[in-house]
Order: sequence, then structure tokens, then C-alpha cells
Amino acid sequence: MHIPFVSANDGEFHGPTINEFFPPVIFFEGTPFEINRIILIRFLAVAVIILLFWLATRKMSVVPGRGQSLAEMALDLVRGGIAEDLLGKVDGRRFLPILTAMFFIILGFNITGIIPGLNIAASSTIGFPLVLAVVSYVTFIYSGIKKSPKNFFKNSLFPAGVPWPVYIIVTPIELISTFVIRPVTLTLRLLMNMIVGHLLLVLFFSATQFFFFTADGFFKLFGVGSLAFGFAFTLFEILVAVLQAYVFTLLTAVYIQLALAEEH
Amino acid sequence: MLNAVFVANAAEESVNPIFPASYDIIWSAVCFAIILVFFWKAVLPKVQTMLDERSAAIEGNIAKADEAQAQAEAALQEYTAQLAGARQEAGEIREAARADGVKIVAEAKDAAVAEAARVTASAKTQIEAERQSAVVTLRKEVGSLAIDLASGVVGESLSDDKKAGALVDRFLADLEASEKASK
Repeated sequence: MHIPFVSANDGEFHGPTINEFFPPVIFFEGTPFEINRIILIRFLAVAVIILLFWLATRKMSVVPGRGQSLAEMALDLVRGGIAEDLLGKVDGRRFLPILTAMFFIILGFNITGIIPGLNIAASSTIGFPLVLAVVSYVTFIYSGIKKSPKNFFKNSLFPAGVPWPVYIIVTPIELISTFVIRPVTLTLRLLMNMIVGHLLLVLFFSATQFFFFTADGFFKLFGVGSLAFGFAFTLFEILVAVLQAYVFTLLTAVYIQLALAEEH
Repeated sequence: MLNAVFVANAAEESVNPIFPASYDIIWSAVCFAIILVFFWKAVLPKVQTMLDERSAAIEGNIAKADEAQAQAEAALQEYTAQLAGARQEAGEIREAARADGVKIVAEAKDAAVAEAARVTASAKTQIEAERQSAVVTLRKEVGSLAIDLASGVVGESLSDDKKAGALVDRFLADLEASEKASK
């Protein structure tokens, strides 16, 4: 287990560093399949997601039980709230698997950041946000090209209702915003939220540790404050975990919707 | 203290979190693939089937309810029609009864009037007959009584019937005349 922050010996306070997110390798060192603590947390999260949904949907019935109701409510957030709302019934159903998987894997990976014993979001190294951003990117470009390549590129690069000389400026901007900025922002928004959330929590709790057990006399009181902040940010991280999953999925759906649109 | 943090950071191996490691990408992709296949092939089809069944069940129930309502409405109409029929029949019966009653009363009145007339007529006839017989009897008896009285008074026997008759008549005429005069 990686405990980077406080070493009680030297009596100095060490803030969390970026190395938080690069714990020592546990298996397969030196190969492209290295497994460290964060990867193990990912496997655990995947297992838990599968277990929960398998249990909840094992015996589906028309009149739902308690577990099934909860699972339905969660699935309906993506089905009704994102897919069908933005894409309509037909396209909503087409892209529902990818949107559902996206939402629940992001949520599951984010929430590990506040689970005691795991204490780090499985989505807080760039690989995961990047892979999902690529999935989102490929999906919306695929859906646009499959529907009508001409329409897709015309709508993306030459928005309607603009006098033609303006295209000299607009088209490069649209090109960059659609095909470069979108995946980059998807990746970084999720990654940075998770990194910062984790660093904040580590900072507050290691400061609490420091104030309580290393600092002298009066300074011990600061520990109460930092503990309270740590608690508040733990609650905030739950919100962030759900919100980021929702935002990522919603934006993917919006991109697909724009790619499918006949006319802007 | 800040210096100490920086020194500690610099001492450790510096990593840029923006550059992905291959293992990071590989395992992320594997995890996502597993979750995608799980939702795609296992969870969502089940949920879809269940949702279809549920909407079918709901539609079935709605159809059933519609049918029941239609039946109830038909029954209500039939009942209303029956009720109206019964009312009309009752009205007819009541009308007939009223007419019958009127007829019966009229007949009874006629019968009573006829009976009363008959009774009155027979009573009149009887009274007249009795009066006649009384007049005859009286005349006879009054005559003989008067003659007896007169014979007694005049001391002579008025045996001659002719004379006696004339005498009585005169006597009666006198009597009537005196009665008139006394009035």
C-alpha cells in the first residue's frame, strides 16, 4: 500500500504530490500490462458494477422488487434522461449500450475516490478518461459519417446561415473545436476533476494527521478545521463523481445528436 | 517548510500526468470493453424485454378496463331502457285504472240514480194508492158515521139511500165551506 504523505519520523509536513497517481507496480513490471494499485481498484470496480447489476437484473419482473427498482431508476437516468431525451427513441436505443456503459463505468471509477481503503478514483490517471474520450470521439464521428458524410462535414465545418467570407474564419475554428477540442476537453475535464479532488482530500486528511499528531499545542486545533473540510470535500466528491459521469455521458450524447442533425 | 516540500518533490521521480502510460490505456480499454459488453449483451436486453412486457401489460390492462367500461355502459343502457319501459307500462296501467275507476263511478252513479228514481216512483204510486183507498174508506165511514150521528140528532131514520147520499154530500160541502170560512 502506497502511503506517500506523512512520515511521522521527520516531523515535517509533506503535501501530496503527483506521484500519488503512480503507485509502485505490483504485477508484470516492465511489460505494457503493468498492474498497480489503481489498476487493481479498476478491476474491483468493474467486478462490483457487474455484481450489482447482475443481482439487480437477475430476475426481471414486470412488477419490480426493491433492487430492480433502484437499478431501473439508475438505468433510466441514462435511458430517459440522456439517450432518449437528446437522441429520440430510435437513435437513443441504438446508442444506449455505449452511453449506459460509459455512465456507469465513470461513476464506478470516480466513486472509489471516497471509499475507505481504496481512497483513489480509478479514473484519476489519464488512460481511462482518454480511452473514453476516444470512444466518444469515434462514436460521434462514426454516427455522423454513417448517416450522411456530406451533411456531417458540412454541418461541422460550414455552419448554415453564415455569409461565405466568414467561413474563412469560422471553418478553422469549427474544425479545431469539433475534432480537437472536444476529445481533449472530455479527457481533461474528467481527469483534472478526479486528480484535484483526490489531492484536496489527501491534503486535508494529511494536514489533519499532521496537526493532531505532530504539531505542538495550539496548532493541534487546526486539525479540527482541516478534518471538517476533509469531511465536507468527501461529500462534495460524491457529487463530483456523479456529476462528471453525467456530464461526460451527456456531452457524448450531444455530440452524437449534432452529428446526426440534418441541419444546425 | 515550503522549500522542504519543493525539495522533496524534486527529489522524487517527476511524472507528467498528461502522458498516458501504455498499461493505463490497455487496462482502461479492457475495463470499458467488459462493462460495455456486459451492459450491451446482458443488462440492457433484459431491461428492454421487461419494459416491453410492462408496457404490454399496461396496455392489456387498459384494454381490459375499456372493455369492462363498455360492458358496464351497455348494462346501464339496457337497465335504463328497461326502466323507461317499466315506467311507461306503469303509466299505461295507471291510466287504464283511472279510466276504469271513472267508468265504474259513473255506472254506479247511474245505477244509484235509477234506483232512487225507481224507489221514489214506487213510493209515490204506493202513497197515491193508499191515499185513494184512505179517501174511499174515509168517505164511506165518515158518511155512515155522519148518518148515524144525524139520525141520532134528527131522530129519524134516513133509510132512503138516495136521500142519505144527498144529505151527506151536502153535509160535507157545508163542512168544507165552514173549514174555508174558518181559515
